[in-house]
Amino acid sequence: MSVSSVPPEPITPSDPAESEPAEPLISEAAVNTAVDAALAAIAAAATTAALKLVRSEHAGESSPLSKLNALMRNVPGNQKAAAGKLVGQARGAVTKALTAREDEIGTAEAAARLLAETVDVTAAASAWKAGARHPISLLSERAADVFVAMGWEVAEGPELESEWFNFDGLNFDEDHPARAMQDTFFVEPTDAHLVLRTQTSPVQLRALLSRELPVYVVAPGRVFRTDELDATHTPVFHQIEGIAIDKGLTMANLRGTLDHFVKALFGPGAKVRLRPNYFPFTEPSAELDVWHPTFKDGARWIEWGGCGMVHANVLRSAGIDPDVYSGFAFGVGVERAVMFRNDVKDMHDMVEGDIRFSQQYGMTV
Amino acid sequence: MRVPLSWLGEFVDLAPGTTPEDVHAALVSVGLEEEDIHRFEVSGPIVVGEVLEFAGEEQTNGKTINWCQVRVAPDGELAADGGPAVHGIICGAHNFAVGDKVVVTLPGASLPGPFPIAARKTYGHVSDGMIASARELGLGDEHDGILLLKNLGIDAPVGADAIALLGLDDSAVEINVTPDRGYAFSIRGVAREYSHATGVPFRDPALALTVVAPVTRFPVTIDDQAPIRGRSGSSVFVTRVVRGVDPTRPTPAWMIARLGLVGIRSISLVVDVTNYVMFELGQPLHGYDLDKLSGGIIVRRATAGEKFTTLDAVTRTLSVEDLLITDESGPIGLAGVMGGASTEISSKTVNVLVEAANFDPVSIARSARRHKLPSEASKRFERGVDPRVAAVAAARVVQLLVDLAGGVADDLGSVYDTTTAPLPIVLPTGFVSGLIGLNYTGDEVRDALVEIGAALHDVGGVLHATPPTWRPDLTDKWTLAEEVARIVGYDRIPSVLPVAPPGRGLTRTQMLRRTVAQTLAATGHTEVLTYPFVSERANNLFGVAVTATAVSAGAADADASAASVAPVAVPQMKIVNPLDGEAPFLRTSMLPGLLQIAHRNRSRGLVDLAMYEQGLVFRPEAGVTYGSAVLPAGGERPSAQVEAALNAGIVPQPLMVGVVLVGNDVRHQPGLPAAPTGWQSALAAVQQVALATGVRIGVRQGVHPAMHPGRTAELFVTVPGAATAVARAVSVGFAGELLPAVADDFDLPAVVAVAEINLGLVFAQADGDLTVTPIRTMPAATQDLSLVVAAFVPAAALRAAVAEGAGDLLESIELVDDYRGAGVEPGQKSLTFALRFRGEERTLTAAEASAARLAGVALAAERFGATLRE
Repeated sequence: MSVSSVPPEPITPSDPAESEPAEPLISEAAVNTAVDAALAAIAAAATTAALKLVRSEHAGESSPLSKLNALMRNVPGNQKAAAGKLVGQARGAVTKALTAREDEIGTAEAAARLLAETVDVTAAASAWKAGARHPISLLSERAADVFVAMGWEVAEGPELESEWFNFDGLNFDEDHPARAMQDTFFVEPTDAHLVLRTQTSPVQLRALLSRELPVYVVAPGRVFRTDELDATHTPVFHQIEGIAIDKGLTMANLRGTLDHFVKALFGPGAKVRLRPNYFPFTEPSAELDVWHPTFKDGARWIEWGGCGMVHANVLRSAGIDPDVYSGFAFGVGVERAVMFRNDVKDMHDMVEGDIRFSQQYGMTV
Repeated sequence: MRVPLSWLGEFVDLAPGTTPEDVHAALVSVGLEEEDIHRFEVSGPIVVGEVLEFAGEEQTNGKTINWCQVRVAPDGELAADGGPAVHGIICGAHNFAVGDKVVVTLPGASLPGPFPIAARKTYGHVSDGMIASARELGLGDEHDGILLLKNLGIDAPVGADAIALLGLDDSAVEINVTPDRGYAFSIRGVAREYSHATGVPFRDPALALTVVAPVTRFPVTIDDQAPIRGRSGSSVFVTRVVRGVDPTRPTPAWMIARLGLVGIRSISLVVDVTNYVMFELGQPLHGYDLDKLSGGIIVRRATAGEKFTTLDAVTRTLSVEDLLITDESGPIGLAGVMGGASTEISSKTVNVLVEAANFDPVSIARSARRHKLPSEASKRFERGVDPRVAAVAAARVVQLLVDLAGGVADDLGSVYDTTTAPLPIVLPTGFVSGLIGLNYTGDEVRDALVEIGAALHDVGGVLHATPPTWRPDLTDKWTLAEEVARIVGYDRIPSVLPVAPPGRGLTRTQMLRRTVAQTLAATGHTEVLTYPFVSERANNLFGVAVTATAVSAGAADADASAASVAPVAVPQMKIVNPLDGEAPFLRTSMLPGLLQIAHRNRSRGLVDLAMYEQGLVFRPEAGVTYGSAVLPAGGERPSAQVEAALNAGIVPQPLMVGVVLVGNDVRHQPGLPAAPTGWQSALAAVQQVALATGVRIGVRQGVHPAMHPGRTAELFVTVPGAATAVARAVSVGFAGELLPAVADDFDLPAVVAVAEINLGLVFAQADGDLTVTPIRTMPAATQDLSLVVAAFVPAAALRAAVAEGAGDLLESIELVDDYRGAGVEPGQKSLTFALRFRGEERTLTAAEASAARLAGVALAAERFGATLRE
């Protein structure tokens, strides 16, 4: 290996005229020998430690090149430049080779170290555990959000409610068959007229009594009926109630609201069907069916809740003149929606609190 | 209500091949929801047979069975099963004679069960079919022998199809009748609705009969001295008499079949006829044995404590609200609910008094509920019966008893009727269109109302509609609007999205509630929803407030503290009619329900649990009377005072969150040891709630009857500006570990970490009114500080003292170590804090930081006798 691409001029004694050309103090051959030895050693060093030894041997103070360099002070003046250049280039070449090899070995060693750190990424341990929301809560929130996005507000009420809000004020006469039909949980003493609300509709009345007109509110919540738990019934379940009271609201507005609601909640293919029905607190009243092409058991109509135009007596219970204001209300079952939306076959899964049920949903519904 | 198709077809034309499904689809479109379909489950060759001969053969078990030769096809023809015209059949019954016509189920037939019929070897013969009893055919309960056709008054040729002959090819649709449409509890009413749905003409059976007024008056007195809500108990009372009824006459097969399909057992011809007419016309009827009546009939209220034995042989103590039918002997019927035994139709009755009355819906509903006697009659009266149909129904019973029972219509009877015609309802022009949001034409409105039976009058250009007598539910213009919308079709109503005024979005409380739920789930807790029904014991254990222990008392006195919090009676609400008698109380705490569910999960092999639930608890206060003894009327706004009283009567129902942790927080994994849960994890959950709400939740040592005496934290929030120290630190719940004995009660392992927080109290401090501290960017000076204090001094209190003493330059202080042992006196502990100081505008000198630190030490020394540990 040559020291440089440009062959150096021969180094001769300082005054060629004074004497015969003699062996120069720093011969090119000696320099080349030292350089070749150094380069060979550098190339042969395989580890950082080995290279450190090579550095000391071939570039250290007692290395051949350093010894040659020490002769510089004896080189005649006219040859100093050439000799200096010769040695300097040689030392430069060795240093450069050292640095290059150092980088090379360092990179290789780093790579080897990283390779040695290889793990099985499929066996990662985690100090974080998985939590989850319940789909009933999540779907209730999502449903409320659909209405909030339309400018509606969310209202709430007590679960242990006065019969006046649950029945009388909602046009359930004391002797009305519908009132006896409602499978109501009563609390002691019965003459205190407190019941576990059978529907979220008492919140309608509370909203109308406490808010300025017009009112557009939605009320998600838990309700109670004395049904034994089975595959399709539970004594404690959830509804989402909506009520809108304004001037000039129509049943077409009810349908428009429900159309938007089911599309927002179930997807653009969803649609609504209204069938005549009876509820004490609405007139006209309708059963609300929902249809979607991608329901798990196939496209079909599913009974989802009740709705209608708010009964004149309910408006009167809130001191609202039914000849000036009108409005609509609806109530749908959240459990039922989860059932047909996610193909839940058995109510037990939803109410038993088995964490595997919620964990299928994670943080979203 | 069940509707046999053959019966329906008498009043509307059903297209050939109409199926029960078709009828359901039609009825559902007008609001009669489908429930079920009922059929006789019989099929195959079931024919009329004639017993040619039979021989009794005694068996080893002492029974005699008959080996019969039965002709099942005319001579020279094959039987319906392809076999010979005469079949040999084994029969165990003895109620027949040679020449009797019977029903033979041939091999290949199937009876309800299903019970397939095949030729089979029995009693030494091959029995080639079976001779059926009424019960085997699904025609009632009669099983005292085989069915003899002559007993049904039938003589049909041998080989004839018995399925059609007996009406067993009929089927019924069951529909759900809403409370406003009592008239749909009749074939008449359903046929009218079917006509509305399909447009086929309706033939009203009530118009098909000629009603003859009785000539001789049977004495009937309506003497209601205590009308309920101002309404007389009986507004219509019609009686008719039929004499000479032949009590041996059978009920015809078609009537038995139809009654069977609607769910009524055949009893006797007279009783069957009254039931039949009730289903046909919707008018409940009662038949009395005229010869057992003493004098005329008086309808009156019962006297207090009066007794009456109903048909079911139960003697009932009556209420003064019960309406009675009486004669000179005393009560003979509980009006509209159930008759009595003394005047009952029997197998010897020949003279019948038919009663067709109209009773007040409220009176009947209350009596039926009071005596727990819901009946077909009370069901109809409660919803309202057409007052005009009583006389028609009585005439129809007379007609059928004459036709079927050989009776003679008598001119004895009575007609009492105080009802008045329904009043017209004013229907302003455009009202229906305006309410529904669809522009109905005037003709559409008028046609719909005429179709449902209303009478229309034009009064000065405004429509007045008088509802038909069978629609007591039509009382105002809204009810008429529904009829128009229903008859024209709900599917015509357009979809128009209304525009609500701008809203304010979720309230702060609603948002916080969601954030808490999301945060707990995001930090590894699983949300569950539990029933709020618990035992009294669980409430007494968990529904108790946590008490803070004074610092000076300390953990050393934990035994004494635990003793002082023995379970007490917690005010709680009891359900009158619980589903589970073990858990009739409403929860005062979230924890019992969660613990029960924790056990359920563990019993299913899910051993590491972190669960939470947000929800309301029910916390009545001692000494407060809740509810309202008298409720205001509906239909008018209660006065402000009454409304306030209603609201004041509501039991406090704060929003809580409960957390339960069992097993490991972190399970054992490669390179990661298992981390068992404990009190610290419960407090970590509390801090997640604090972070989620932005409210600092303070922690101090507490005691609670359900909790570990040394591992319980009382949680509190600070109310700035409150007058007293107690008011400044409001208790919001507790966290820690359950008493091991309580955990054991729930079949849970010894360590169960729990937390319960009253979110309402926490949210109250989350006002969003935050003033942000400017971020200091000068270099920080960090120093550690080790203080030795008595072991009972709470770290949080010491930390607060240091922080207060160190002042404004202290940016952060964290507890990093709690050391007890060599170098620290027994009963003492060494707490090490990492302090970070920072100046506002310039780099602090070491001396400044040290001075602040020492100021902190000084306050700690003053308050707790803390000494620096060098």
